[in-house]
Amino acid sequence: MTDLTEQFRERILAASSDAPLCIRGGGSKDFYGNEPRGELLETRAHTGVLAYEPTELVITMRAGTPLAEIEATLAENGQCLAFEPPRFGADSTIGGVVSAGLSGPRRVSAGAVRDFVLGAKILDGAARELNFGGQVMKNVAGYDVSRVMAGSLGTLGLFLELSLKVLPRPVAEATLRFEMAQADALDKLNQWSAQPLPLVASAWQDGMLSVRLGGARAAIAAAEKMLGGEKVGVGEVQCPAAGTASFWDGLRDQRANYFAGATPLWRLSVPSVAPVIDLPGATLIEWGGAQRWLRSTASTEELRAAAEKVGGSATLYRADTALKAASGVFAPLPAPLLDLHRRLKQTFDPHGIFNPGRMYKEL
Amino acid sequence: MTAALIPPADQDDTRRAILLARLQSLLPAGGLLSEPEEIKPYECDGLTAYRCLPWCVALPDREEQVVAALRVCHDLKIPVVVRGAGTGLSGGATPVAAGVVLSLARFMRIIEIDPLARLARVQPGVRNIAISEAAAQFGLYYAPDPSSQIACTIGGNVAENSGGVHCLKYGLTVHNILKLRVALIDGEVIEIGSHALDSPGYDLLALLIGSEGMLGVVLEATVKLTPRPTVAQVVMASFDDVTQAGNAVAAIIAAGIIPAGLEMMDKPATAAVEAFVHAGYDLSAAAILLAESDGTEQEVAEEIAAMCQVLETSGARGLRVSQSDDERLRFWAGRKAAFPAVGRLTPDYLCMDGTIPRKHIAHVLTRIEELAQKHRLRVANVFHAGDGNLHPLIMFDASRDDELDRATALGADILALSVEVGGTITGEHGVGLEKVQQMCLQFSFDELTAFQGVKAAFDPLGLLNPGKAVPQPRHCSEYRLTGSGRHT
Repeated sequence: MTDLTEQFRERILAASSDAPLCIRGGGSKDFYGNEPRGELLETRAHTGVLAYEPTELVITMRAGTPLAEIEATLAENGQCLAFEPPRFGADSTIGGVVSAGLSGPRRVSAGAVRDFVLGAKILDGAARELNFGGQVMKNVAGYDVSRVMAGSLGTLGLFLELSLKVLPRPVAEATLRFEMAQADALDKLNQWSAQPLPLVASAWQDGMLSVRLGGARAAIAAAEKMLGGEKVGVGEVQCPAAGTASFWDGLRDQRANYFAGATPLWRLSVPSVAPVIDLPGATLIEWGGAQRWLRSTASTEELRAAAEKVGGSATLYRADTALKAASGVFAPLPAPLLDLHRRLKQTFDPHGIFNPGRMYKEL
Repeated sequence: MTAALIPPADQDDTRRAILLARLQSLLPAGGLLSEPEEIKPYECDGLTAYRCLPWCVALPDREEQVVAALRVCHDLKIPVVVRGAGTGLSGGATPVAAGVVLSLARFMRIIEIDPLARLARVQPGVRNIAISEAAAQFGLYYAPDPSSQIACTIGGNVAENSGGVHCLKYGLTVHNILKLRVALIDGEVIEIGSHALDSPGYDLLALLIGSEGMLGVVLEATVKLTPRPTVAQVVMASFDDVTQAGNAVAAIIAAGIIPAGLEMMDKPATAAVEAFVHAGYDLSAAAILLAESDGTEQEVAEEIAAMCQVLETSGARGLRVSQSDDERLRFWAGRKAAFPAVGRLTPDYLCMDGTIPRKHIAHVLTRIEELAQKHRLRVANVFHAGDGNLHPLIMFDASRDDELDRATALGADILALSVEVGGTITGEHGVGLEKVQQMCLQFSFDELTAFQGVKAAFDPLGLLNPGKAVPQPRHCSEYRLTGSGRHT
């Protein structure tokens, strides 16, 4: 339990647009977003769970608290972060989790990081301590700034504390497998998702569709009967510690073989009903068809156009510095939207000291 | 800001005439109301204590007309208050004098339902329940279900981030909107979100949802549809005291159960609704809980059994499980009709909307009773217990001596109490005009300044719904001197 607020404040006051800050938690997501620049401001010593009562379904902690510690605390009480943030290393902090806004396999059923953010205490670009949201489930007082900060890659402010909604772990889980071509898998996933089935996650790769069921035992048993397929996981749900190599953890933590290698990795976020995206490269599909990973050397233009054509967007998730610099990691924003982004950035970080360029070069 | 918007009186008539002429030329026949008797119905929303006649009411029926009307107002620097069904309870749609009410009531079309993609594209004036009705043929529905769902519109739901009785499991409006098409005050039209699960850039959807009509005008919304569960069942439990009932709520959560709905009513609320809907509530109980389970048949049977056990262990003195869907709906009918039922008992009532950490339920209910006695008024409490969202209904008669003032003072005390125990002044009804001063209790000068910055990023001239939701930080210092603010 250490409170470094005063040190952070001094660093912010000493920073300027010529000497900006690079906010960093555990550094496990340095690969994500455009090239980090600025003087390192490390938050991982700013730690401590400040409030956690399981029956309130809320946990409040300092931003540098390790994700592993939080998950262990929750697991002791049969609870979890339902959006399953990827664990890229033991150093991963909750501030980094929320700043990056990345969610795991269960995102499609449980919701994304932003759906679980209830409140945040931040330091803005003028080193003012600001509290948004709160520690309760429902709160519409003031604009929902804490949710906006989820996924903003530290460009709007420095997280001091976060309050997140937590949920009980599902009582039971099971995994079913089906040999299936991509187009059929997309069809089936959408059809199943439109029915009241306890479908919590899915993955398709190389002609094999895996479907994860979660919830009450009876509901899982009924769904198994209805869906068929080959059953591979049985029994009580486990929340394995980082390092356990279960199939879904491999996907969640991106340790599965698919994620290894040097070919650029693109993440296409598209409507689940979008047809097969016909580009060269290995494909992995999650989120019932809504998240399509592509390891591809196709050009940035081709990938962005393919995603846009079906109403989605393409992010250059992992690539070498040169390609990231040339392409920009995130799909460009239309001018009026970019304009709003600039003005919001100006409001919270008027001197442009927080993670400049990490999301867009204009921010 | 307000001063700049209201020119000297002799200029008013000219400005109003110019405004009316320009709006007339772009709106359809019958789409501009300006005679006092025509605009009277628009003088207030569900918070009837605040009334104001605008200069005119614009009723466009095409998107281009909305955009053109916004341009005219922007051009003339005339404030605009956007209105859906006007069911809001915080005065978010109360008109501004020398301003325009922009009603989106004519935008009632469900543009598309895509059952495979589980989404509906709707115009802003579509009523909440109409979406679920239209989606029913596909076994789908729109999950957020505010009590006013037969009347309230999706545009208004977006503005207020509306909840309902099933939020704990299915989320609020912010969890159920995929995409918005929005007109900014200068007539620029933007699209935020997408039919994918995320979009590049900042999460502007989260910012727009719950922004109380201050940032933009919703032209179209894409909402997420949820598969209708096969069955639903509800347990009704009665308790001899509210502390036990509050503890039972915590015990259900502690057992790892997230009920589809978890509601509490105190004795005065139960008495009011029983006389109104005859649902068979236990009138002698200090509090009753309604706990709903939904899902497959076996799942619901398991969960209901588990909840019954927890409720018994928590000291429930009576339990009834709905044996048919009719009975389930009857149990709910009382809860859903709580506001009108209380309305029958009193000429006027104020509906408060604080959210508190659940563990403080009993303490807060006891304090509310003490505060009610202090202000010599009666209060009935209905409570989204699962979310900690409390709706004390303050009964009064505005025609009697200072009852309105006392009711307002009691409301302010209750909101201060919510903040004091670590909660918020509004869970789902919005700040509007009603709680704009209480914002000073919950937020500091710097936080309010940041909100003003967000507002200015979208609406630099402050023309959209001025005076609502976010107070001018400097006005707070005065309020705090007289109030019980946390920031002094």
